[in-house]
Amino acid sequence: MEIPYTISTRPDTGLWNAKVGIWLFLASEVMLFGGLFSAYVFLRLDAAPGTWPHGLLNVPVGTMNTAILIISSVTVVLAWAALKMRRYRAYWWYMLATITCGVIFLTVKLVYEWPQKFEHFGAYLKPEALEKYEQYLGNHRLAEKGLPPRLEITGHLENRQALRDPNIKEYEIAMDPVNADPTNPAMDRPHFLYVPPTDKIAKIEKEDVDRLTSFGPWHNTYFASYFTITGLHGLHVLGGVLVFIYMWLPVSKRLYQHNPEHLANRVEVSGLFWHFVDLVWIFVFPLFYLL
Amino acid sequence: MNNPPDISQDPSEHEEYAHNIQKHVKGYLMVGALLLAFTGITVALSYVDFGTRKANIGVAMLVATLKAGMVAAIFMHLAAEKRLIYRVLIFTAFFVLGLFWLTFLAWYNPIVR
Repeated sequence: MEIPYTISTRPDTGLWNAKVGIWLFLASEVMLFGGLFSAYVFLRLDAAPGTWPHGLLNVPVGTMNTAILIISSVTVVLAWAALKMRRYRAYWWYMLATITCGVIFLTVKLVYEWPQKFEHFGAYLKPEALEKYEQYLGNHRLAEKGLPPRLEITGHLENRQALRDPNIKEYEIAMDPVNADPTNPAMDRPHFLYVPPTDKIAKIEKEDVDRLTSFGPWHNTYFASYFTITGLHGLHVLGGVLVFIYMWLPVSKRLYQHNPEHLANRVEVSGLFWHFVDLVWIFVFPLFYLL
Repeated sequence: MNNPPDISQDPSEHEEYAHNIQKHVKGYLMVGALLLAFTGITVALSYVDFGTRKANIGVAMLVATLKAGMVAAIFMHLAAEKRLIYRVLIFTAFFVLGLFWLTFLAWYNPIVR
């Protein structure tokens, strides 16, 4: 038995099966990401002053990744248009461009952005110890200007063994510029270009520290949301790339020769998914990188 | 912008059809360029001080919504889609707004307030 309306449209709805299917799926995806974004809003609204970090991520790299996703959204719609015009060669190249963009996006995330976080540490100080480390925090000045206080000292942990060895009484942190020069007005706002930690080392007594961890999802609610949302988004990018690879391989050429409209429909629905992934990133980028 | 029509079964009409799609391609390229420009604008605006952090978030979300609207309307063809799809999306919008409303209620906490 042949399944009806896989290629031609149903007279009453004007749609073929997969088109209805993908939109129902995207509706469920809206709820999935909607749940995570509302969790983000909730966590952020209730974050105490100074506990929601600003400007920890690399803005130029994030901007580049945003541009790459937008370009891939254009190439996938061009690939579909090429199929509609029965230009398989052009379709093949546009598809290759889309796959390349997806792979670059994932590589930047997995090789550059994520691993860096696990090498960066932050020590949340106990409230009563904040005054003791005022020279690294500059909170007096921030209070005068009505800005939220700094509660942690961040940078590279020089003596990693201190995490496990109870005999070591203090952490040695090569501080980020914000802690190395806390009263500089330039530090009130995040830098556009990434500035690596300085060689100025702060010695922080363990008993003054509430907790010290790397910038993993365990560090604070900001990083928990960051890793959850960008991780789920990354899985979507990976899924899209795998589907596109299948449609780019010779096996799809055979489908094209058999019925080009069938392949065009497949590219259209996977393209719809890809645009949705791009659309989610359009919100992720400002929420985590800029604001 | 309307969607390209379905391809004709008549080979003599193919050329005209291809020409028609070509016009849509130009539109897609223009929207892509606009999206890239708006990405630059989003980044630039985040370094402008609008007074409060809340105002900055509002402006950035406004630009993001505009960009998302362009992706949905043009790339995802929602500017001219069949009624059934719109019906599905109306339900989706209702439930996702309800979800954000619940989040707002949990934060605002009208019972204790």
